[in-house]
Amino acid sequence: MKIIRLLPVLIFCVLVTFFWYGLALDPQKIPTPKIGQLLPNFDLPMLLGGSSQRFTPDLLRNHRSVLVVWASWCDACREEQAFLLTLAQQKGIKLYGINYKDDPAKAQQWLVDWGNPYQAIGLDSKGKMALDLGVYGTPETYLLDRQGKILHRYAGSLTAEVWRREFLTLLM
Amino acid sequence: MMAELGVYALVWALLFSLLLVLVPVWGIYTKNATWMNAATTYVTGQLIFIGLAYGCLCGCFLQNDFTVVYVLANSSLHLPWFYKLCAVWGGHEGSMLLWVLILAFWTSAVAWASPHLDRDIRVRVLVVLGALSAGFIVFILMTSNPFVRQFVLTQTEGRDLNPLLQDIGFLFHPPMLYMGYVGFAVAFAFAIAVLWLGRLETKWAKSLRPWTMAAWCCLTLGITLGSWWAYRELGWGGWWFWDPVENASFMPWLVGTALIHALILVEKRNQFVAWTLLLAITGFSLSLVGTFLVRSGVLTSVHAFAVDPLRGLYILMFLGVVIGGSLLLFAWRAQTVVQHRLPDWVSRESAMLLNNIFLVVMMLTVLLGTVYPLVIDGLGLGKLSVGAPYFNQVFTALSTPLLLLMAFGLHVNWQRDSFLGVLRKLGWVFGLGLLCPLLCLVSVHYPLYPMTCLGAVLATWVMFSTLEKVRQRLLLSKTAKKINGAFLGMVIAHFGFSVTALGIIISNSYGIEDDLKMTPGEHTLFAGYDIQFLQEASIRGPNYHGTRSSFLITQGQHQATIYPEKRIYDVGKMPMTESAIDVNPVRDIYIAMGEPLDATAWSIRLYYKPFVRWIWAGGLMMFIGGCFGLSDRRFYRKEAA
Repeated sequence: MKIIRLLPVLIFCVLVTFFWYGLALDPQKIPTPKIGQLLPNFDLPMLLGGSSQRFTPDLLRNHRSVLVVWASWCDACREEQAFLLTLAQQKGIKLYGINYKDDPAKAQQWLVDWGNPYQAIGLDSKGKMALDLGVYGTPETYLLDRQGKILHRYAGSLTAEVWRREFLTLLM
Repeated sequence: MMAELGVYALVWALLFSLLLVLVPVWGIYTKNATWMNAATTYVTGQLIFIGLAYGCLCGCFLQNDFTVVYVLANSSLHLPWFYKLCAVWGGHEGSMLLWVLILAFWTSAVAWASPHLDRDIRVRVLVVLGALSAGFIVFILMTSNPFVRQFVLTQTEGRDLNPLLQDIGFLFHPPMLYMGYVGFAVAFAFAIAVLWLGRLETKWAKSLRPWTMAAWCCLTLGITLGSWWAYRELGWGGWWFWDPVENASFMPWLVGTALIHALILVEKRNQFVAWTLLLAITGFSLSLVGTFLVRSGVLTSVHAFAVDPLRGLYILMFLGVVIGGSLLLFAWRAQTVVQHRLPDWVSRESAMLLNNIFLVVMMLTVLLGTVYPLVIDGLGLGKLSVGAPYFNQVFTALSTPLLLLMAFGLHVNWQRDSFLGVLRKLGWVFGLGLLCPLLCLVSVHYPLYPMTCLGAVLATWVMFSTLEKVRQRLLLSKTAKKINGAFLGMVIAHFGFSVTALGIIISNSYGIEDDLKMTPGEHTLFAGYDIQFLQEASIRGPNYHGTRSSFLITQGQHQATIYPEKRIYDVGKMPMTESAIDVNPVRDIYIAMGEPLDATAWSIRLYYKPFVRWIWAGGLMMFIGGCFGLSDRRFYRKEAA
């Protein structure tokens, strides 16, 4: 047997090894260097309500909160909306939104159509705040503790199962 | 009822495919002809039951049976009936069922349409195909059953088929592609059968050629249709995106093209047998790897239907067994079928071998680009994606010598030839081929970029060199008898390849695009055309609503009105751009509506794409060439000896 005839098998073995690792890796899981750190400082206008109020980190202090980055142009954001609405009913946790690169009028209409689970929503039209936060895409969810420190981040539509598996354990 | 019948039929099909493996193998080792010949019966049974299962799924769709989860997810009440039939393969489960159905179809075709094939090989081929089929049916039953029911949602209209897929191009694209993909299973099965048998004679090459050609034809047409669909439907004016799934279909095509040429060498000269077998194994392996990449969610892509680790794991194990096993078999048995004879440097054999090397290197670069993000991620070096620039650069570098080789290799004699002699024969081809494209480019006042000129000249050389070949054939033989199907097919396919190459070169070099803000009534001058936004109106379709606008395109005597649309599909609320195109053979004017900017204004995207039709015209010619090749009677005549 010529050694060279084993070459295709060897190449294939290398490929399969990477496929194997690839299966274990989750394409939705993106590491964030921000975990364990405080939220970056921001000062955004509110999507709803008057111009006197601003959306700042102070708003999110002294209680545990969930920060959701969403947009009206994002299809996947609709999918998690039903779950977010039930989540908003629960005690001890408050939901906040960051409206990402969106048209305020469309975003408001979207909330009318799909329901509003949020205490307050910051308007990040240029995506600057999202850039500071390291947002990868919409929807993306951050879990914050009482000091405004990031405990966890999840990219993709939030479901009851993900909530139970990844978030609830951190809140216990 | 129908869904349950479908599952039942699938189980029966599994039973038949297992019988197809076990009984003939027993026959082979006990040398019992009756047991071996039973294969045909099992093949038929398998086809009938898979066909039945597929028919049941179609029935569920047509009846709007939304208790079937798969129907709920991929159809809606208001979907027109022909899209319902398309929706059958619109998702993961159904497309796997289609995969198996097509495999059963090819298996039956081999069983019924190859009476002259040596029995020892024929039985082994059928056994290998049966094993593949069994593996996939188990996969469907275990992880991707399309007939699963739910009784929670009852008042529903269905989630609708992904609007992107609601297009005429999608009607034929996936089945064609699958016909091609899966068709390479036949070549794969032949390779395994030959290695299993370990005989030196190479008559099988002649029997395998039509099968490879048929699969290659389907794949060519499938890729062409897919590219055309992407161009019309995605609204970005692009026709190829180097998306992992496109790559997954392109890699088997490259290897299949190499295989078609290599089989000629085996049949005519008994050379490179081991290499050819390796190509046959590789071609189908790439189809399987493609399936894995798409289905496992390892790579994210616009085509990814499902992300389910169990599915990925199963396919990965299946891959390991099938590909790993066959490559090991190759390493172990290849020397039993090899005769060592190296050809002369300047000969048709060398040209074909070189062609094979280029095609395989192209395939490897695509493979590298496709799995590179995975490798980097696996090594923990971060997340990245390999974009079009890498592929474009590598392909320009590789296809330039390939074109030159095509122009040259066609006229080199078998066994031994002189380089200068060939050059002398092709003198006028190279001269005229140099002048024509350059004069054409200058006459339409296009700027002469060096790489574009080189590409255009090479593509023209291939065209003229192919025509010269026809001329020589006619002169030599006096009668048209020498022009058989295989020769005609080769000529058309080679010509088609150069047409595609020319289309790609010209449209990439001289395409213009522009984003504008336009209000109804407004004029703009674009690429020498006067384009007027006439008006917009709201429209209502069976399952969507939206806006339709009209544009008047004027240049001299030429006038055309086209109607791009913006659709919102009712169920998914997904906005879709339906671009409109003013077509003629040498250029497209492509208009797509962007977003409404204020009360009346729209963002409008304009593309001017010269020669873009040539890309698909060439693909179609390659397909037709393949069909002519298939029609060659020599393949179906019984061997005299």
